[in-house]
Amino acid sequence: MTTTTATAGTDRRTVSGSTPGAARGPRRPGRIRRIGLPYLLLLPALVLELLVHLVPIGIGILMSFKALTRFSIRDWGAAPWSGLDNYKISVDINAPAGEALLHSFWVTCGFTVLSVGLCWLLGTAAAIFLQDTFRGRGLLRTLFLVPYALPVYTAVITWAFMFQHDNGLVNHVLHDQLGLTDKPSFWLIGDNSFIARLTVSVWKGWPFAFLVVMAGLQNIPRELYEAAALDGAGMWQQIRRITLPSLRPVNQVLVLVLFLWTFNDFNTPYVLFGKAAPEAADLISIHVYQTTFATWNFGTGSAMSVLLLLFLLVVTGLYLLLTSRRRKTADV
Amino acid sequence: MRRIRAAAIGAVTLSLALAASACGGGSSTDGGGSNDSPKTLTYWASNQGASITVDKKVLKPELDKFEKQSGIRVKLEVIPWSELLNRILTATTSGQGPDVLNIGNTWSASLQASGALLPWDTKNFGGIGGKDRFVASALGSTGARGEDPAAVPLYSMAYALYYNKKMFADAGISKPPATWDELVADGKKLAKDGKWGLGAEGANLSENIHQVFVLAKQHGADFFTADGRPDFTSEGAVTAIKQYVDLMAKDKIIAPGNAEYAQNQSLSDFAKGKTAMVLWQTASATLTSLGMKDDEWGVAPAPVRSGTPGSGTSVNSMVAGINLAVFKNTDNHDGALKFVKFMTSDAEQKILNKAYGSIPPVKAAQSDPAFNTKATAALRNTLAKSAAALPQVADESQFETGVGTAVKELLADAAGGRPVTTESVKAKLEKAQQQMPAK
Repeated sequence: MTTTTATAGTDRRTVSGSTPGAARGPRRPGRIRRIGLPYLLLLPALVLELLVHLVPIGIGILMSFKALTRFSIRDWGAAPWSGLDNYKISVDINAPAGEALLHSFWVTCGFTVLSVGLCWLLGTAAAIFLQDTFRGRGLLRTLFLVPYALPVYTAVITWAFMFQHDNGLVNHVLHDQLGLTDKPSFWLIGDNSFIARLTVSVWKGWPFAFLVVMAGLQNIPRELYEAAALDGAGMWQQIRRITLPSLRPVNQVLVLVLFLWTFNDFNTPYVLFGKAAPEAADLISIHVYQTTFATWNFGTGSAMSVLLLLFLLVVTGLYLLLTSRRRKTADV
Repeated sequence: MRRIRAAAIGAVTLSLALAASACGGGSSTDGGGSNDSPKTLTYWASNQGASITVDKKVLKPELDKFEKQSGIRVKLEVIPWSELLNRILTATTSGQGPDVLNIGNTWSASLQASGALLPWDTKNFGGIGGKDRFVASALGSTGARGEDPAAVPLYSMAYALYYNKKMFADAGISKPPATWDELVADGKKLAKDGKWGLGAEGANLSENIHQVFVLAKQHGADFFTADGRPDFTSEGAVTAIKQYVDLMAKDKIIAPGNAEYAQNQSLSDFAKGKTAMVLWQTASATLTSLGMKDDEWGVAPAPVRSGTPGSGTSVNSMVAGINLAVFKNTDNHDGALKFVKFMTSDAEQKILNKAYGSIPPVKAAQSDPAFNTKATAALRNTLAKSAAALPQVADESQFETGVGTAVKELLADAAGGRPVTTESVKAKLEKAQQQMPAK
């Protein structure tokens, strides 16, 4: 906040200083220029944002009110309006399409909570353990960030190979070498696919949590820990009373971002399972894709996407409201 | 100050440029094509060879030949199967597509419904020598009945039973099975010591559809009624799908691991001698590229219940194949038609189908001795006598997704040791049918 005021202040001085003897109406153009300049500078970003995000979102919302199927995709402007029909199909949980969407929604919710929780836990734990200097710390930090740096497709295809039933590494270790299972398990089909999906998601997501928490930890003053240690606080108490409360603002953003990414992730399940995900891992992004592309029903697919958008907006809004209120009370 | 002004001007220019370029895209979708660029064509080929590089090697000399004849340069793009349909959909929506393209012949009716492809009316067909040049079964897979075809047959393929001669000899089996009972009996003899009787691509939706479509025909069932409504839960369809899944669940001649195959792993298992039989379309070229010698495998007609393939309930293959289509809003309409004429000419048909191990859908080209070898004769006979086209309805792609997924899930159940019953098959099919678009 302070920065903005300061800039505005300097700006005013410069403007009035540079045009002291302007004869006619020196005030108005100066003012327009002063107010207009920030907007002007923001214009490219705004246009890009419009083009890349807002216009497609707008078109998507428009499409959700149309009966857009293979019969009309060639000239989709002429597709007939269908009112709320697409939404009715999507939310009618007694009919197959709505029932399947609801099932997929619950699977996604469960999956997201578990994945975000595990990512956060692993990331925070690793960041805290790597806070003290020791030999090889830099190497470990780099190593932990590797999954985050790898291209998604390459990484997930490798996982798909490892999860194969006959020749996969996972079964080789779990079954052949450790003998933990009676027979080789299926990871890419059937109920285990949920575990496979969760594993890949956590593997891919936790380095980000690690990175962000590690950055947050650098801002906690050392003196706090020293004082706590003098007062006889153990490591666990230090974590609970100093580290976690100090990380609260970082965590607030981190959890939100992880939630949105995980809930919406499309690449991972698509590469892992292909076009038809197993029921146990029927995540909403791939479900919408299947409704849209595999069956060429773009109207219903758009309606489902809009519902998804609304849900994420509501969750994000509530989350920010609750966490900021808590923070305010905590600050007081 | 000067710097700020420069930045401001830059900002405005950039925004204007962005806005202009965004509006510049897209083209009219109303016209029926034009001849604005008569010297070039863009051609999307499907992946027919063992790899995309192989395809380019096969097609390049032919495209050069065409350029020499007509002066038209063909820009070739070979598109993998996993992407082809999405690319076509995107091209249809945006109007920015190729001029000529290959389509899987089962998509003909769906794409026809979108209106993206140039209809092959009598005049257009006349330009390439008329409908009579083509085999009837291949023509049956070019679009909905009663409408002008959406595409022209290019390569024809059929399913056949490929078997490993040495494994058969070792198990004391003298001739390939002709009925399903024989196939199961032979499979049981072969399935031991880590080896298996039959291969399957359980997670490949289209492959599942091809198999159960033929089996359903053999039980007298169709997945669509005569007026194009989905009918997935008829007794014949349920029996057929249960029979297919039971090859893994009950007869145990398909390895459970095949339930997650979707990248032709079953064919490489066959080439490695892990499985003794596969039901496959035109496998010969791929088997060679997988390192299997021609005398190591045999080929026989796919089994039927009666033992003698024919029409009706003795159908033993779908009409598999590739069609060549012209995008309706091509900017080289005449050139595109010339190119189709070139690709379906007797000479090119012989060259291309030889290279891919497929059968020419052009009658005159079939007389070439190359299509009367061990590998091709069985396929040619099947196409002529006992192959049926997949339903030519606009909802075909939804059917492939719905029923293909049902079979995938049932195979997953079988692989995971869960019981597969008539009820569970019927329940999955009911679910698939309910998800079909309402009429």
